[in-house]
Amino acid sequence: MDEYGSVRFLRCIIVVLLERTLRMHELSVAQSIIEIIHQSVPEQEWNQVTAIRLKIGAVAGIVPDSLEFSFNAITAESALSNARLITEYVPFRVHCRTCDINSENEEGFAVCDKCGSTDIQILSGTELQIKEIELEEIDKVL
Amino acid sequence: MSIIKVERKVLEKNDELAARNREIFRQNGLFAVNMVSSPGSGKTSILERTLEYLNGTLRVTVIEGDVQTDLDAQRVAKFGVPVVQIITNGGCHLDANLIQNALGNVELKGVQLLVIENVGNLVCPANYDLGEDMKIVVASTTEGDDKPLKYPGMFRNASALIINKIDLIPYVNCNLEELKNNALRINPALKVFETSCTTKQGIAEWCKWLEEQAAGNGGKK
Repeated sequence: MDEYGSVRFLRCIIVVLLERTLRMHELSVAQSIIEIIHQSVPEQEWNQVTAIRLKIGAVAGIVPDSLEFSFNAITAESALSNARLITEYVPFRVHCRTCDINSENEEGFAVCDKCGSTDIQILSGTELQIKEIELEEIDKVL
Repeated sequence: MSIIKVERKVLEKNDELAARNREIFRQNGLFAVNMVSSPGSGKTSILERTLEYLNGTLRVTVIEGDVQTDLDAQRVAKFGVPVVQIITNGGCHLDANLIQNALGNVELKGVQLLVIENVGNLVCPANYDLGEDMKIVVASTTEGDDKPLKYPGMFRNASALIINKIDLIPYVNCNLEELKNNALRINPALKVFETSCTTKQGIAEWCKWLEEQAAGNGGKK
């Protein structure tokens, strides 16, 4: 097996391992992202997709590195091999109905930072959203 | 360079299928719960004690989700309720599509309570709406009191928390009040139950509450 063949073989092994054994949910999230790209971009332009901009909330339960790893592994030999994920982190923010202030916390506590009230509304931090897809002309990509 | 504005939820397809499942549940007048927890916290044991307590007073159907084997389905079937096993073959969670497929294998007419026992995993199932009326999260005392802080998503999306293996409190490193406080900091609206499937402590209280929820949310027949 030549070097190229070995790399392809290794990639196949990684994807099979991801699919058959680990099957972390980032892999199915990556598959959902690919489906949305396929629906949003005409097939003849898939190889021009260079970036997918995502919003990922602090408490969305997604590890961006794992998501990127899964996405890159399953797009490696496909028309989307030029595509990369670019994630925008969205902090967990709550609005307190008692003291009327907004606060942020990393832990995802539904508690006001200032007065300790639990009468709050979650403003952000649970997002898992595709914002936009970037395409480059094919001669500029290659 | 050109940019295509998308602004779509990544899991919107799952959410659409979940909405369809929810509509099927509504049309059949049944109440659906999605039981989630880490592996080994006692979801199946709680379900066994629940079926034992209800003793046919509610018409129950069960969907079991497991990575491998139908062992849990066999345990539940002993209580004389219809049960469908979903084997995910390595998949770490149930999704709305798997539930939709499973619904093709059950008779929903006359069912008052549908219990979906998710794959044992405190991370992934939090992201996937199945169409249920509520999620029930189980945390056992042997897992310690910090689980809600480590896996907040599951506790945020649940309506009730069952703290199981309460009889083991004297023997394990778990501060019960701390466990409750941690869960309520993530989700102040959580209804909390303390149960033991060995001594049956708390099972009646949990079952009565479940019956009330089912009666108030479609499960009336």
